[in-house]
Formats: sequence, C-alpha cells, structure tokens
Amino acid sequence: MGDALDLSEKDVLGIAEAWRGEGRAVALATVVETWGSAPRPIGSHLVIDEDGRFEGSVSGGCVEGAVVGEAVDVIGDGRPRLLEFGVADETAWRVGLSCGGRIAVYVERID
Amino acid sequence: MDRGLLESLNAERRARRAVIRVTNLATGAERLVREAELDRADPLVAELAARFRSAKSGMVEAADDGRLFLTVHVPPPRLVCIGAVHITQALAPMARMAGFDVSVIDPRTAFATEDRFEGVPLFPDWPDDVIPGKVGLDAYTGLVAVTHDPKIDDWPIARALEAGSFYVGALGSRKTHGRRVERLTAAGVDPAAIARIAAPIGLDIGAQSPAEIAVAVLAQAIQALRRRPAAEAARAGTSGEAAPAALPADASS
Repeated sequence: MGDALDLSEKDVLGIAEAWRGEGRAVALATVVETWGSAPRPIGSHLVIDEDGRFEGSVSGGCVEGAVVGEAVDVIGDGRPRLLEFGVADETAWRVGLSCGGRIAVYVERID
Repeated sequence: MDRGLLESLNAERRARRAVIRVTNLATGAERLVREAELDRADPLVAELAARFRSAKSGMVEAADDGRLFLTVHVPPPRLVCIGAVHITQALAPMARMAGFDVSVIDPRTAFATEDRFEGVPLFPDWPDDVIPGKVGLDAYTGLVAVTHDPKIDDWPIARALEAGSFYVGALGSRKTHGRRVERLTAAGVDPAAIARIAAPIGLDIGAQSPAEIAVAVLAQAIQALRRRPAAEAARAGTSGEAAPAALPADASS
C-alpha cells in the first residue's frame, strides 16, 4: 500500500531539479534502510536547500529537523553522510522514532 | 548526485519509463539503468530485473563494489477499462485502492454516466477518439475490455498489445475469444501478441457476481504486473529486445 499512497505525494526529485535550476545549493536525503516499524518506506526522499528549506519526508516528522541540519553541512563540504536514527531511551524524546523503529538516511549534495 | 543524472532521471520518470539509480554509498559513484536498456552483461542484471518488477528500492551487496543502494522509480500503474459495465463499477474502486490510476471508456452513454462512476475519469467516447490522446497506453498500463462488443473492444485491444501493455484482458467465452482471435489475426495483429490476451478474463476462481469477477480481473492484472518478464516492458520501447539471461524462475509465467 506504501507505493499507492506515494502516488499523490509531492514530486521531490522534480522539486530538487527545479531548485537546482534556480541556482540554489541543494541536498537530497534518501531513506536507504529501515529496521522494525518505520514511518516512510525505503527510497523516500527529502530535498533541502542551503537555507534549510525542505520538501518531502523521510520519517513523517520525527527526524527531519536533524536531517535538515546535517544536509546544510553536506551542502557546505560536499561530503555525503549516512545517518542512522533509532529509538534509544536517552534520545527517544529528542531525535528518534516514537514508533520504535530505526532508519538509515543517506544525505548527498546535488552538484 | 550529479545534476545531469538527476535531470535524466526526472526525464525518464516524466516519460513513464522505469529507471533505477545505482549509488555506491561509500564512494558516491552512481549510474542510471533504464529498464528498456537492461543489459544481460550487467553484473546486477538479476537484481535489477527483480527490482523493476517489485518496484522496491533497497540495498544490495555487490561482489566488487561493496554496498550499493538501488533507488527504483517505476511509473504508477494504470488500468484502462473499455466498457462501463457492472464489472467495471466494482473494478474501478478496487483497482484504485490497489494503487492503479483508473479510467473508463465507453461510447454507450447509457452506461458511461457520472453517477455510476463517481470520481473515476470517464470518457463517454469511442476508444479511438481518446486513445492515444487523452488516455495513453504503455507498458505500465493494463487494458480491461469488457463491453462484449467487438466494435468497441477490438481496436483498443490491438493498440494495447502494440504498446506492450503489461496486461490485456478481454471478456467472453472461449468461443467468443476464438472469433476475436480470427478478427485480430485478419487485421494483421502478431499471433504472439494475440496469445498475450487474457481471455476468458480473470483468474479462474469460480467468480460469479460482477464484484467477484472484478476481484478475479484485478488479481490477474496484479499478477501480470508483478510477475511480468523483465523484457516485456522493454519490448515496448525497443522491439525484439532479447530477455536478460539470469531471471528468477517465476518470471517465465
């Protein structure tokens, strides 16, 4: 059903291309692995520009803030990063997934 | 990610062609693989073929390259129904729930009414008036022909076969289908293409009511989409393309 629901969602890659075309510096975040229950399927995208504006989602809101922060760094140095988020006791109420899953998110600059 | 690669990727997506981006997460090395250009010599051919079918992105361990991430982009599947009949009334909402974009074509305006098909794109026209213009046919579009009237069904069936549609189902008994085969053959349709028609339509589950037949048709369409040979879709773009060598056993159905 995940695929079906995706159809109505924003065209994040189209937005990434448009933003890049406007001369904005842009990073793309992609869910590359999930363990347990994860809110967004593998392959889900989030696009971020240098000012921290973003479209799309990788977690339905749980970790977007942290991903956007990292993405701004990736835009700065061009070095891709693989981020992992999970629910650990000490982080559950900060950055993590309240549903108890873990996700890995790859963040890269669009050159 | 290279900007040019992103533009190529989006161009493929807009053209409703399936494509996979292969990214080495350690080195950032990347490439695009178009379904129509899937090469049997590609070291990932079996993995890529399976992913085009399942439409699922994911990680793969490659012998030489370490961990690669495959982002799979497959066009949203569509179902074009010829005939605004009872079966279609049940099939349209079911198919939409299963993730298909559905449209219904029927020149008989008594059948093709808004109140029978609320919220479904409905064309009270002859198929040749709206195909290909308003309703496109391609490898990710299935065709369901259920008017039971050759004047209406035959033409779109032939077009769907030409377009390499993943599923072409036609209502009618074996006898009715036998006459259909004769007509399509006389019209010059390739016998191998004619053999792809699912007729009598639907999986053989003993369906009786229109709703039960709709279930049988939808299940058969999903089976055709998810189990299609990898080259099936490719054939639409590059005629005569050979099937990749290494395919999972279930791809032969």
